[in-house]
Amino acid sequence: MTMTIDPQATELMKNAGITPRSELVAAIEADVNKIYYGDFLAVRDSHIAIEKGKITGFIGPSGCGKSTVLRSLNRMNDLIPIFRLEGSVTFLGQDIYAPNIDPVLVRRNIGMVFQQPNPFSMSIFENVAFGLRLNRYKGNVADKVEQSLRRAGLWEEVKDKLKQNGLSLSGGQQQRLCIARAIATDPTVLLMDEPCSALDPIATRVVEELMLELKEDYTVAIVTHNMQQAQRVADTTAFFSVDISKGGRTGFLVETGPTKELFSNPKQELTRNYLAGEFS
Amino acid sequence: MSDATAIRSGVPDLTRKPGERRALTDKAFTTFLWVMAVIASVPLFSVLYMLIAKGGGKISLSLFTELPPAGFALDGSGGIGNAIIGTLVMVGIASLISIPVGVLGGLVLGLIAPDSILAKTTRFIAKMLTGFPSILAGVFVYAALVIVMKTYSAVAGGIGLSVLMLPTIILTAEQAVRMVPQRMKDAAIGMGCTPTQTIWKVVLPTAIPGILTGIMLAVAGAAGESAPLLFTALFSYYWMSSLFEPTASLSILIFNFSSMPFEAQIELAWTASLILVLIVLIFNILSRIVGRKRV
Ligand SMILES: Nc1ncnc2c1ncn2[C@@H]1O[C@H](COP(=O)(O)OP(=O)(O)OP(=O)(O)O)[C@@H](O)[C@H]1O
Ligand SMILES: [Mg+2]
Repeated sequence: MTMTIDPQATELMKNAGITPRSELVAAIEADVNKIYYGDFLAVRDSHIAIEKGKITGFIGPSGCGKSTVLRSLNRMNDLIPIFRLEGSVTFLGQDIYAPNIDPVLVRRNIGMVFQQPNPFSMSIFENVAFGLRLNRYKGNVADKVEQSLRRAGLWEEVKDKLKQNGLSLSGGQQQRLCIARAIATDPTVLLMDEPCSALDPIATRVVEELMLELKEDYTVAIVTHNMQQAQRVADTTAFFSVDISKGGRTGFLVETGPTKELFSNPKQELTRNYLAGEFS
Repeated sequence: MSDATAIRSGVPDLTRKPGERRALTDKAFTTFLWVMAVIASVPLFSVLYMLIAKGGGKISLSLFTELPPAGFALDGSGGIGNAIIGTLVMVGIASLISIPVGVLGGLVLGLIAPDSILAKTTRFIAKMLTGFPSILAGVFVYAALVIVMKTYSAVAGGIGLSVLMLPTIILTAEQAVRMVPQRMKDAAIGMGCTPTQTIWKVVLPTAIPGILTGIMLAVAGAAGESAPLLFTALFSYYWMSSLFEPTASLSILIFNFSSMPFEAQIELAWTASLILVLIVLIFNILSRIVGRKRV
């Protein structure tokens, strides 16, 4: 889905006061002042841009709010009644927390892969076709399912048992099925929360290669605990940490930058200490 | 070899020692359990045996196509066709009422508003109703419907049975819906399902084996009930021509005919019992099969 917008259209859009998509660098721009769960301040002062056509990695110690921030990028946190966000998240220029925005449509454009594999209790084929049917896909569903399974590195393993229940697969296969399901609908942005934590090294490599391939067309944000993985796949890395000074355990963004730079020459003391700890 | 020598020699002794106390207690207890299991199944098998012995002989086509003999039909002819149809129709009416209400009720209790006052009250009443004396369901429908309509009817019988089916279906549907993992619902929301789509496309299909199990058990229970039909459907010696007239059923036929002084009727009661047991058995087996399909 590479956007090739012809110059004339771009000109027209500009005159109409619309910023053409191709000129926006960030697919998602999150300006988080505060995120609360009830009274608990989970994350504060984090400004993050998920750049188009790139992979942005979120790293940091457990409990620093990586998942929380990631899940607020497609309004998954709406499911948690005590969740409250102060700030804004814009997706291609629109504030997704604005009152006139339909969160269902937000999630159809910003897909998600969860830390725990969560296929539906239906056939492997129907799992992948699920989003296509939901979006009333006009093309050939079977072709799209095969293509998605291939990209997720699962096709060879399941091509003879597409009718079997998705839950009958192994944990790692289930996770790749979930990835296939998420990419089948061609979401503009794909959010992945530790997608490889259930995978063996070979499957992890497959998924990493998939991500690198995906970023040609999509935008990816990935939470990972694996520093090597962040270095292998992420163009930009955001490092979060926990602030325990004021009694609470509030997460915040320490620094963000091009991955190579962040790992080789971190600007912040906190980052340096964390990386030193991770690699020692 | 004692424990101490095993430790000393470094190789623990793993061989069986049948004479040891632990092994003996184990044997004795297992045997005891088997004996108890056999004793428990004696009544069950003797009932089945008796039904087949006494009722099996009369199974033939005319059993299903003929009406029961009204008085002394000494030639031994006659069937229970109208009672079979009556039972099926009334259980059908009861299902038509209790399945949609019960499944939707289970959805509310298990998913939509599990902690609301409405849900808590419904759950409490449903649990109470599972232990409800079934004859009271009959009395209730008699007072509420039969007196008002001025006639016994299949509809009243069906409603009486639905009172008994509803709590089972509600409670099993609630359990089945609760068993759908949160992760799966998250996945549905994450794919961009509306709450309604999440329920119809993910939660219900996942819960369907459990829901069906509950439905089959409720149907099996209702098919065997007689008390709720006593005051609502009564009985009839004729083919059913409308839903608003007294209607025959297998359970009431058994009740009526078994106490009659005529050989033919008593024989029919035995055969009807066998058929009823087979119907109940079929639904029980179906409930097993659909329940097993869960992954
Ligand atoms: N549903 C919730 N209700 C209340 N508090 C929550 C909820 N989810 C997360 N939290 C809290 O928010 C903080 C951040 O959690 P989060 O899951 O975002 O951390 P994380 O960085 O993803 O950690 P990990 O690396 O272990 O996955 C934690 O202190 C956690 O206890
Ligand atoms: Mg997390």
